[in-house]
Amino acid sequence: MKREISFNVNSQQMKLEVESHLRLIDLIRDQLGLTGTKEGCGEGECGACTVIVDGKAVNACLYPALELEGRTLITIEGLLEEENKPSVIQKAFIDNGAVQCGFCSPGMIMSTKALLDKNNDPSDEEIRIALLGNLCRCTGYVQIVESVKAAASQIRRKS
Amino acid sequence: MSKLNYIGKTIPRPDSGDKVAGKALYIQDLSRPGMLYGKIKFSEHAHAKILHIDITKAQKLPGVMAVVTAYNTPEMRFGFLRDNFILKKDKVRQFRDEVAAVAAISQEIAEEAIRLIDVEYEPLPGIFSPLEACQENAILIHELDPQGKPVKDNKVPVLFQHSSGDIEAGKKAAKHIVSGSFSTQWIQQSCMGTAGAIAEFDMNNNLTIWTKTQVPFLAQRDFIGFLPCLGLKDKNVRVIVPTLGGAFGTGLDTHAYEYISILLAYKTGKPVKIVYDRNEEFACLSPRQSSQTKITQGCDENGMLTFREIHVIQDNGAYTSWGATFPSVMLLPATSLYRVPNIKFHADIYYTNNTYCQAMRGYGNPEVNWALETNMDELAEIAGIDPYEFRMINCNKSNETTPMGLKVTTCALDKCMESVATKLDWKHSRNQQGKYRGVGMASLFHVGGGGRIYKSDGTGMFLKLDDFGNVYVSHGGVEMGQGLHSVLKLGVAEALGVKPEKVFINQVDTNTCPWDVGTHASRGSFMAGNVTIKAANDLRNKLFEQAKNLFPSLADKNLKAFCKKNPSYEAPKFDVREAALKGNFDLVEGYLFIKDAPKEPWLLVELGTLLRAIHFREQGTMLSAHAFYDPPNELPDWNKGYGNMSASYAVGAQGAEVEVDTETGEVKILRMVAVHDVGKVLNPQTLKGQMYGALAQGLGYTLYEQILTKEGKILNPDFRDYKIPTVKEMDFPIDLEFVETNDSAGPWGAKGVGESGLCPTAPAISNAIYNAIGVRVRDLPITPEKILAALQEKQKQQSE
Repeated sequence: MKREISFNVNSQQMKLEVESHLRLIDLIRDQLGLTGTKEGCGEGECGACTVIVDGKAVNACLYPALELEGRTLITIEGLLEEENKPSVIQKAFIDNGAVQCGFCSPGMIMSTKALLDKNNDPSDEEIRIALLGNLCRCTGYVQIVESVKAAASQIRRKS
Repeated sequence: MSKLNYIGKTIPRPDSGDKVAGKALYIQDLSRPGMLYGKIKFSEHAHAKILHIDITKAQKLPGVMAVVTAYNTPEMRFGFLRDNFILKKDKVRQFRDEVAAVAAISQEIAEEAIRLIDVEYEPLPGIFSPLEACQENAILIHELDPQGKPVKDNKVPVLFQHSSGDIEAGKKAAKHIVSGSFSTQWIQQSCMGTAGAIAEFDMNNNLTIWTKTQVPFLAQRDFIGFLPCLGLKDKNVRVIVPTLGGAFGTGLDTHAYEYISILLAYKTGKPVKIVYDRNEEFACLSPRQSSQTKITQGCDENGMLTFREIHVIQDNGAYTSWGATFPSVMLLPATSLYRVPNIKFHADIYYTNNTYCQAMRGYGNPEVNWALETNMDELAEIAGIDPYEFRMINCNKSNETTPMGLKVTTCALDKCMESVATKLDWKHSRNQQGKYRGVGMASLFHVGGGGRIYKSDGTGMFLKLDDFGNVYVSHGGVEMGQGLHSVLKLGVAEALGVKPEKVFINQVDTNTCPWDVGTHASRGSFMAGNVTIKAANDLRNKLFEQAKNLFPSLADKNLKAFCKKNPSYEAPKFDVREAALKGNFDLVEGYLFIKDAPKEPWLLVELGTLLRAIHFREQGTMLSAHAFYDPPNELPDWNKGYGNMSASYAVGAQGAEVEVDTETGEVKILRMVAVHDVGKVLNPQTLKGQMYGALAQGLGYTLYEQILTKEGKILNPDFRDYKIPTVKEMDFPIDLEFVETNDSAGPWGAKGVGESGLCPTAPAISNAIYNAIGVRVRDLPITPEKILAALQEKQKQQSE
């Protein structure tokens, strides 16, 4: 059964028909064509599909698409600033070597954004709690945590 | 060495921008017009006869375009020993055996079709350990060899052994001897991006396949060899490698799912995509081998090693991949870590009805090093020598040839160990009585200059210059996250003399890139760097040759323009024509100049300007260069375990400080130190990333990860029950240090170190645990349960 939902995605108002059982990840990747969000496990265990709904980081593989009605969705594509510029967090990930294979990076960055939007001066422990649901097999997380700290300090300087 | 502009500097890697923006395209993100979705039906038994496969219901499902089984297709073999079948007939030998596959217009329909296929089996008794497999009357996993001859036993027909010196004499000379048995578990490579491929035929029946591989050219060879099974003769295959979501060894072989996508694409005439989901990745993609190692070593009264004997048994699973050649790399630590005069090494590999295994980072080295470096500690204790001192007594040195015939060019192992000891405050930290805290260390010895396990250890490069001073790099090495593109971009910029932003790396594509044996054996940067230097030198020579005649007029033009802007300028006396004819040019950051010319701005000619002058004239030309580099190493004689398989060797040491909770058995890593002889740091940021990441994988191997099975069935095929380290487990300081030995074989002096970082991690941690609580766990992973059991055992022994 299909239902129409309206929502905001990356600052664009959107109206779409979706199947009632559709997962948010499928809506994002297949219907919206936003393939920056990755599916790593489909079971909410790896965090590769992390997106932000109404300010909260969620696993798009567990989130029903219908739940998006009236809400605001941000995906990795929504982070780029004007004229193709990476956002502060993306820039910090680039500059601090947080990226290797890159498959976890979009999800990792979305979890970071959800954290820093609320708290621009997180402790080491707060960072680790925020990233606990995001698995990475390449980096050992060291340069990722450094990147989050660098991004936080950039954001504090700007604010 | 002349001044380096880019090599050795911290420069962000070129692929990270697209990756953080979600613009990088992985196999998951690719699609083709009219593409179908393939899905595989896997066996539900570890060992069973296939009595009947009913595909009629699946065939009738709307949207299903093809259903294939071994009964409606010709026999199709593949694999390292060609002992595997793309689709299974008559019997299945493991739980993940491919019995049928479908292609449908959507993923959902393909999944439904798979459910509609009925397979009738007659279960057979299975063999689930090498110890059962080697029994005299064991049932046979394979009744016939790939040539159709009856086989006698379950032994995999590969031979790796080594014997040097005189073991009996070594035993006689020993004052102390220690033996031990150690085992390692199956672990999953756990790439964040799962495996997959898209296959598509053109109307000439040439195949294009986008696939997650580390060996595009060996894969091309495999697929070209496969097409005749479909009745396609003399056809070509184009392998294109998308962005890889990690690989760690999973891409060293071609896989059934790739052949099945090809088969379905041919049947339907449409592109077919098969991508594994996470459960399939865990349950149906080959993990790292499990192994059992028995080791005996002895030393004299001065602590000098007198002999080493190692016997390894590997569980191959039901079919054979390149992973069966793990012992080729086990030979490295076994024969060459520390100086040992008398050595015996032997490996036996057995078929079982377990999941068949494949390569993973380290390729046998961590398995044997775990046994070896733990045994070193035990021997040191019995000899009454501090384990660090003991290692130093037996330490390898530069310019020595090991019993395997490995020619060690540079070796800073002593420095690495010394630095680990210093950083850990060794003497003090070894004696933290009553605190359940301790430190331990372990070393490593691995290939660092390619690794010849194939006839060619070579790699090619094609450099193309355009009219704007841009350079295009075609190279067959695969970026899988390790940072190869960083080395390529900075390396080409450095060696050619252009700015990195002018260097563009082409996607790996067998149609356009020259041959490379594969991205394995820590060889990516070593090989790419060396071939880059070769190709860039060739291109520079071509440029300089052209510049002999063209440079003067370009400099003249520059001078005129310069004088127009600076009317009072007086050019120094310098005969450009005469100087240019000598060809004594240099190219730096995209500007060509005569080396001994006055430093005048008009005597710098921009590369693009020169290239246009070369191209746009009568009988003009364009410049490109091709190079092939095959390192100065040898294909060992595996029967003897002898031959200099690498052009240089990577060494290093790691140390750990741990605290053990004797109530719960939990091990807390307080800190780790890792000091590696890397030859030369090419890019500190990417190198650190490799080391941190390898160490994290080593930590998972040591403490957390294990594929659990019951009679061949994998019980934990997801991240809920299979635990890789999270940011929480990695919450301890890591002190990294790189020792630069500037190896003569290496590009700019560098060694390959992609795998080094996880080779010594397990014994370093386990030696620290022993120092903390006085017990040893000899089978990985070292879980809290095993620690508690070992503590209880110790208590029991003490009370007796």
